[in-house]
Amino acid sequence: MVARDNDERTVRRSEERTTVDRTEGRVRVNHWVTAISLILLAFSGLALFHPSMFWLSSLFGGGSMTRMLHPWIGVVLMVSFAILFLQVLKHNFWNKRDTHWMRHVGDAMSGNEENLPEVGRYNAAQKLIFWTMTLVILVLFGSGIVIWYEYFGTSFTIDQQRVGHIVHALAAVAIMLVVIVHIYAAFYVRGTISSMTEGRVTGGWAFRHHRRWLREEAQKGVIDERQKPPPGRPRDLHPAE
Amino acid sequence: MTNSWTDIKNTDLVIIMGGNAAEAHPCGFKWVTEAKANRGAKLIVVDPRFTRSASVADFYAPIRQGTDIAFLMGVIRYLIENDKIQHDYVKAFTNVSYIVKEGFSYQDGLFSGYDEAKRDYDRSSWEYEVGPDGFVTVDETLQHPRCVFQLLKQHVAQYTPELVERICGTPKDKYLTICEMISECSARDKTMTSMYALGWTQHSKGSQNIRGMAMIQLLLGNIGVRGGGMNALRGHSNIQGLTDLGLMSNLIPGYLTLATDKEVDFNAYMSTRGFKPLRPNQMSYWQNYRKFMVSFLKAMYGKAATPENDFAFDWLPKLDVPAYDMLRIFELMHQGKVNGYFCQGFNPLLSLANRNKNAEALAKLKFLVVMDPLETETARFWKDEGVFNDVKPEDIQTEVFELPTSCFAEDEGALVNSGRWLQWHWPAAAPPGQAKHDTWIMANIFLRLQDLYRKEGGAFPDPILNVHWPYRDPADPKADELAKEMNGYVVSTVTDPLDPTKIVLEKGKQVDTFGQLRDDGSTACGCWIYSGCFTEKGNMMARRDTSDPGDTGAYANWAFSWPANRRILYNRASADINGQPWDPTRRLISWNGERWTGFDVPDIAPTAKPQDVGPFIMNPEGTARLFTRGMMRDGPFPVHYEPFESPVANLVAPKIRGNPAARIFKEDMAALGTSDKFPYAATSYRLTEHFHFWTKHVWVNAVLQPEFFVEISHELAAEKNITAGGWVKVSSSRGEVHAKAVVTKRIKPLICDGKTVHVVGIPLHWGFTGAARKGFGPNSLTPFVGDANIETPEFKAFLVNVEPSNGPAVA
Amino acid sequence: MAGLQSQDFARISATTFRPPDVRHDFEVAKLIDVSKCIGCKACQAACLEWNNLKEEVGINTGVYDNPHDLTPNTWTLMRFTEWDNPDTGNLEWLIRKDGCMHCADPGCLKACPAPGAIVQYNNGIVDFVSENCIGCGYCVKGCPFNIPRISQADNKAYKCTLCSDRVAVGQAPACAKACPTGAIVFGTKAAMIEHANGRITDLKSRGFANAGLYDPPGVGGTHVMYVLHHNDQPQLYANLPKDPVISPVVELWKGVTKYAGLAALGFAATFAFVHATIARRNEVSRAEDREAEHLIDEEAAHGRQGQ
Repeated sequence: MVARDNDERTVRRSEERTTVDRTEGRVRVNHWVTAISLILLAFSGLALFHPSMFWLSSLFGGGSMTRMLHPWIGVVLMVSFAILFLQVLKHNFWNKRDTHWMRHVGDAMSGNEENLPEVGRYNAAQKLIFWTMTLVILVLFGSGIVIWYEYFGTSFTIDQQRVGHIVHALAAVAIMLVVIVHIYAAFYVRGTISSMTEGRVTGGWAFRHHRRWLREEAQKGVIDERQKPPPGRPRDLHPAE
Repeated sequence: MTNSWTDIKNTDLVIIMGGNAAEAHPCGFKWVTEAKANRGAKLIVVDPRFTRSASVADFYAPIRQGTDIAFLMGVIRYLIENDKIQHDYVKAFTNVSYIVKEGFSYQDGLFSGYDEAKRDYDRSSWEYEVGPDGFVTVDETLQHPRCVFQLLKQHVAQYTPELVERICGTPKDKYLTICEMISECSARDKTMTSMYALGWTQHSKGSQNIRGMAMIQLLLGNIGVRGGGMNALRGHSNIQGLTDLGLMSNLIPGYLTLATDKEVDFNAYMSTRGFKPLRPNQMSYWQNYRKFMVSFLKAMYGKAATPENDFAFDWLPKLDVPAYDMLRIFELMHQGKVNGYFCQGFNPLLSLANRNKNAEALAKLKFLVVMDPLETETARFWKDEGVFNDVKPEDIQTEVFELPTSCFAEDEGALVNSGRWLQWHWPAAAPPGQAKHDTWIMANIFLRLQDLYRKEGGAFPDPILNVHWPYRDPADPKADELAKEMNGYVVSTVTDPLDPTKIVLEKGKQVDTFGQLRDDGSTACGCWIYSGCFTEKGNMMARRDTSDPGDTGAYANWAFSWPANRRILYNRASADINGQPWDPTRRLISWNGERWTGFDVPDIAPTAKPQDVGPFIMNPEGTARLFTRGMMRDGPFPVHYEPFESPVANLVAPKIRGNPAARIFKEDMAALGTSDKFPYAATSYRLTEHFHFWTKHVWVNAVLQPEFFVEISHELAAEKNITAGGWVKVSSSRGEVHAKAVVTKRIKPLICDGKTVHVVGIPLHWGFTGAARKGFGPNSLTPFVGDANIETPEFKAFLVNVEPSNGPAVA
Repeated sequence: MAGLQSQDFARISATTFRPPDVRHDFEVAKLIDVSKCIGCKACQAACLEWNNLKEEVGINTGVYDNPHDLTPNTWTLMRFTEWDNPDTGNLEWLIRKDGCMHCADPGCLKACPAPGAIVQYNNGIVDFVSENCIGCGYCVKGCPFNIPRISQADNKAYKCTLCSDRVAVGQAPACAKACPTGAIVFGTKAAMIEHANGRITDLKSRGFANAGLYDPPGVGGTHVMYVLHHNDQPQLYANLPKDPVISPVVELWKGVTKYAGLAALGFAATFAFVHATIARRNEVSRAEDREAEHLIDEEAAHGRQGQ
């Protein structure tokens, strides 16, 4: 996709549509590793959380395997999320516009985004999810270590482990709620999922949900993919019209 | 035991002193808990350490090891002073009123007749005054200055509570509380039982420790009664059987004694043994000695034993010294005077005093045969185990033969418990590998030896060639055959002299009791006290009837109790002079006007009138002895002597070191340590997790108590900068050991005559073979000195030094 | 145990139903009379032997307790405490046989997430069923007495079974059978309480005014009980808890949290569903697509100017 070195342009025009590159491949990889880990952790965690969910342990090869795998998946999550964190941290600093946006979150929920101020790369809710995730994953990881009996059974007192368990359980519920919100939002806001599958969104989507960002991206120029040059002859592309 | 384990449930007061029943005899100890539960009995424990027994005691007092006699004599003083004596009992059943010969004296720790050079007494002055009728003169008023009562009163007078505290380190108030508790048992309806073990025997005056308590029990009227008695807790399963069967160098079965080389023939031998009664009407049961001896010889030599050859008496070995006890044998071995040694079920490298000397002695043998179910340290005495057995195998020429034997669970036969019960048992498994029964091994050695004598003659083949060997398979005598032989059988039919048609004893039949044994060769009996164990009615030892009429604890139809299935020895003494029980709620036997009836087999003839025959039938007096005449080598009354290695001087006789009549070899005397170099009073003992050196071979026991340790007080630990679980080096003038330190409140420093005495506890159980961690035994440290009477080594009191260390250097 | 009918159980871990518990004839109990115990460890040996456990040969650490703690292979352990009684001035050597108390309300079972890994039989015995155990260690946290141990070898939890195999065929537990002084007795709980009362009367007569039965109500009573000389201070006996209860943290975790958590998740999912159904679709309109093109051109132009 990168047509030339240091090309920062992300807006592309093709025959069918205009898209904006939103998520780099390496970020997407981490996102999905994190996401899959989270799902697996949710399933395996739920299996151990409530008897009615124990059947989920079958997905992991039984109770013992579930018990054994869950913390290791947690480690995978921790690593992938840590990288993801570093990759997207810069886009997630809070600012005044986010505070303003939050005041009108009801409009976002009801699809009346036209009432909201123009949004940058991530809206306040997305940033909140990011920070909540960060915090909760840290808590889960920390409490998870405390209750990882196989390796740390003697490193913490039983009382500490008991606290570890309840903290882990509460944090797990929290993260699952966040994940539900996140996933639902991704589905609810049509056109969003492609940013994590293809790495790009449509121009209309960007216009509707992240107009400020679109402006910023458009200012970097547009990659025109409508008239493909013959192979071996790279040339500068310029926006049409 | 005069009584039995099961009888302990009948007691009101248990005193454990010189033992640690809960720890060393946990299964027997259940009868103490029964007594507590059923009778509200109290338990007193007196011990240098707060033991497991103490943990369940009602009252505990500490005592410095080796000072029990001072304590016990003090108790006697208390009983006399406070008139807490069962007078009717004492008058009727002891020698309290007997008059002692003029010339007997006691001064500064020594009785009359002491010869310092020989370390021995001329005991001729320790005798009764005999009247013109041939009987001892008595003074029923107990006022005669030379009557036993006055002599005893005088003897114990110096053991005041203050002196007891100074010697024993037992706080006076605790001591007096115990005196008071004991004295309550002088009442007719209260009894005390004494439970003791090696804590009393393993001293240079061990026998006198036991006598001290026996005297108290007599004064309280507690011998022969239910819930009373002197109860020796035997440490090994069947160690009682060992002594019964005469496995001592000077004994033959049934406590008959070997002749000395001065007793040149049977008549000379018998002249000092068939004791005549010293009081009118007494049984003096040893008058039957000849019957037992002749029957033994008939069992031994069969047809070859005839009246003409004095029943082959001359074929028995004769002793040139009083006894070839363990200490003497190893002393001789150490001198290079022993060629071969058969070591059967014994681990002397770790069991006998002064390990270094033992190891040197074994290395001087030409051959050593070890018969044991386990791989003992003795069988591996030549093996270099680094610090745990520091020897050079290349320097040791002893040839060692290890013959694996079966263990108790693989054998059939009877084990004799502390209560003299012969309990038959059956093998649970076959011996593993090449292991053989001891009887098989010995029979085969014997047959081959006999064959050699038969072929080659030899210096004196008769005793070997003529042994009566009537077993179905000569190479493998079976337990029932041996038991029947010990019970005794009729060799030739005996008829009633008045009516020759009436057969009294029929040839070939088993005898019912030793009362049927004869001195004319018509009966044979391997061990007279076991007579009745395997009769025509069958194997009485195999009986398993748990019925107990009267709930007396006698269980008369369970197994067989020697002698004559008697459960409580001297049971005649359970009733007063008229044959009525002292305590009707605890009747054992009583006189109904015609005969003795009750729950036990009476000691005396069932029709013997109560006023006539005394209960102590083995004594020619018919009574028990508070004054033992010349029967004990070190005095007719017990005297407090310090252990040979003691941290303090003897307050009673400051000039005397140890027991003046105890036998100690010169070299060993030189190896005694003193308190300037070795300041701490050490004692050795067993732990409940282990049985001697056996169970360290068992994984489970090794888990429960894995590693050798010594126990010291917090005070000593602080003084010497020793941490719990850290290593210490314990040394005596004979050797050193490395051990983990258990620092405990259960050992507290004692104050003896103003001086602080630290006690060091050294358990015995570890060696260099087995499943447990390698370690040492206390015998690396203990002195080579034995009791004056039975030569038991002084394992319970010796001196050591303790220093923190880095542990044994492991090569 | 596997193969039993659920009617044999009073409780089964991690199940959403309570077993019918119809065979509830009587409860059993083991009574450990600490005042009679001589600390001989025969119970420990019997436990190792009956259950065929191989514990390692350890070292001496300056005390009589060996091994030094319960392990997956040591299900019962004598714990020795030397205590100077301030009232009498006497030393007391308090020796307690530690092991599973078989609570009527077992914290381990409550905490266990694996169905059927911990069961309580009708007779009160709480048993671990290895084939269902997943080795999570939750039972360790559930237990108020710190009893279960997880094996490093197979990651299964182990503890005293009260010899459920022996009891099932009418035998007393191996430890009770081996006890030489009768300090361990076994029978119905009612009989054991009666027996204990006799012992307590005896102990009181011997000066132990606070002798009593340890049958802590905080865990619904136990099927292993102690007679203690100092029942007012059970903590003297190697920290036997005075009023043991299942940790409130565990109760919260396995109680409200479990249900509230699921409820929250269910609510969130439901809300999303409802929202998706009734809220206006959040979709990019054609107009927005066009406006986007327009905006891109504009901004791109801005961008070029800015360069």
